[in-house]
Amino acid sequence: MADEAQAQLPSDNLVAVRDLTREYKSSGGLFSTARSMRAVNKVSLDVPRGKVTGVVGESGCGKSTLARLVLRLIEPTAGRVLFNGADLASLAPAQLRKLRCSMQMVFQDPYSAIDPRYTIRRALLEPFEVQGVALGKGEQEDRLIALISKVGLSPRMIESYPHQLSGGQKQRVGIARALALSPSFLVLDEPTASLDVSIQAQIIGLLEALKQDLGLTYLFISHDLSLVRYFCDRIVVMYLGRVVEILPGARAEARHHYARTLMDSHFVPDPKHRKAVTLLVGEIPSPFNLPPGCAFAERCPAASPLCQRERPLLSEHATGHLVACHHPA
Amino acid sequence: MALLSVTDLSVSIGRLKPLDGISFDIGKGEIVGMVGESGSGKSLTAMSVMGLLPLIGGKMTSGSIRFDGIDLATLPEPRYRALRGRRIALISQNPMTSLDPIIRIGAQIDQVGILHLGLSDAAAKARSIDIMRQLRIPEAATVHGNYPHQLSGGMKQRVVIAMALAADPELMIADEPTTALDVTIQAQIIQIVVDLVRERGLSLMLITHDMGVVAQACDKVVVLYAGRVAERNGIDAIFGEPQHPYTRELIRCIPRHDQLRGSLTGIPGAVPSVMDYPSGCRFHPRCADALDICAGAIPALEQKAAGFAACHAAINAAGKVSAHG
Repeated sequence: MADEAQAQLPSDNLVAVRDLTREYKSSGGLFSTARSMRAVNKVSLDVPRGKVTGVVGESGCGKSTLARLVLRLIEPTAGRVLFNGADLASLAPAQLRKLRCSMQMVFQDPYSAIDPRYTIRRALLEPFEVQGVALGKGEQEDRLIALISKVGLSPRMIESYPHQLSGGQKQRVGIARALALSPSFLVLDEPTASLDVSIQAQIIGLLEALKQDLGLTYLFISHDLSLVRYFCDRIVVMYLGRVVEILPGARAEARHHYARTLMDSHFVPDPKHRKAVTLLVGEIPSPFNLPPGCAFAERCPAASPLCQRERPLLSEHATGHLVACHHPA
Repeated sequence: MALLSVTDLSVSIGRLKPLDGISFDIGKGEIVGMVGESGSGKSLTAMSVMGLLPLIGGKMTSGSIRFDGIDLATLPEPRYRALRGRRIALISQNPMTSLDPIIRIGAQIDQVGILHLGLSDAAAKARSIDIMRQLRIPEAATVHGNYPHQLSGGMKQRVVIAMALAADPELMIADEPTTALDVTIQAQIIQIVVDLVRERGLSLMLITHDMGVVAQACDKVVVLYAGRVAERNGIDAIFGEPQHPYTRELIRCIPRHDQLRGSLTGIPGAVPSVMDYPSGCRFHPRCADALDICAGAIPALEQKAAGFAACHAAINAAGKVSAHG
């Protein structure tokens, strides 16, 4: 099915997301009425084949919900996800399950992503069991050794338990598990957020090498701006459930005022270039009570009455550079 | 004379020895960064200075901590209490645990002025609101009457900082004050704290793992690795001419947007655990410059250029280490 669709729709994009929306409702109680909020609100973006697409934003911007929606780990309220041209919603459960071999996720917390009672062997064999891939004894051993070596671990570790591994080693196991079924697409949900810097750099280096060797496509969720600028080919900036800007390259200058502040708020590791960061006024508004216009208008230095009234749409300002702002910088 | 002088500080917790011979000074008006990865002893150093080791069953086994000429290691607890929070203030990592959830924000800040400075209720309140304004807490008078749950994480951390500043301390210790917060909020808080500290001429021990924060805020840096000082140096030397291979590699681990793809490799191996420290120099199993001697002998912290480094290779081959950087 997926192959057929691909043949019909040749495209540079491995994954395409269209108007993806996920709504959460809070049920009313004795003293409150039921309310709803959209964690992800009409998000459209493309994930080019063989590239790293970064999604950045602060907590509550919907980046992790987006990651789960893209892999259909949670159901969208509206919108579509196309993988290799195939609409995930149109697939029968059996087909979707089969497709899951091609799209995998690496989680933020390697400590909770692996069952503490499983040996590394069992953790790595689980994906095969779930997908009903029968492996002969010898083949099983070869696959395991290949997998664990691919992520830079020693085959001697196969019989270890997670508690015997360091954080970085655990994350390597998490990556090996994601690679077990030879996927073409990985969603990386802050894979280094809980690791030390020297280990973070190791893991990013490993992910880069794997991408080269295996021709993978990544969707990289992060709040670490220097990491995103180093690692990603394109950067999607989210604010309160919506995409506010898509930067065509890591060096492109942001034009949305929120994206600019976000990009400016990382401290440059160079004492010879000290500069004051731009201070944002106010706080992120409640997602339950969003203003009718631009969600950033209240905090934006360039806001006009138009911004209060009308929500700016994402429009192309240069090739591949999309901005949702009435008064871009 | 330095305001805070830590000399050869070693700490044990049960059979473990998580700090081994830590020495550094903080001068008046200086911002000193304490950097290192998890388990390097950053927070434990802060706890030692605050006299809080008994809380976690730790004790100083050697060394001295002198604050403005007072020997903190032998200071009786009642006198320590008069110092703690008054002349030395701590801003901890998680603002949620520093605030009492059932007491109004204002009352918690006022208390510091009432207890430590002997202010009247009204004077303490006026002072609290003034400090809150300096920390750019909007509508400070209203927030003064709020409960912690009514504030965002960033605002709560500002309240914690206001509490630290309320007693007019001379030394502030900030232990990863922004790790629990969003990036834009982190940047704001670091900026506001550094500006205030500079303006008031306070001394600040800034514990962080973010080398970007260090580069932007600090005058001097103490690099810790596995419970020992690897290097102590001025801020420009740390980034421009690091003397210890660990410092050099740590700086190489920071991704830069103008950096060549594939050039980020990290430091091989893992951060050692206190249960299982390597012999000799604790960095030697991960070190590209390691010599035969490194596994056997503990390198002393020796003067190297303008700073101090504990490294056999750096001492043996002058200039070799920095040439890599």
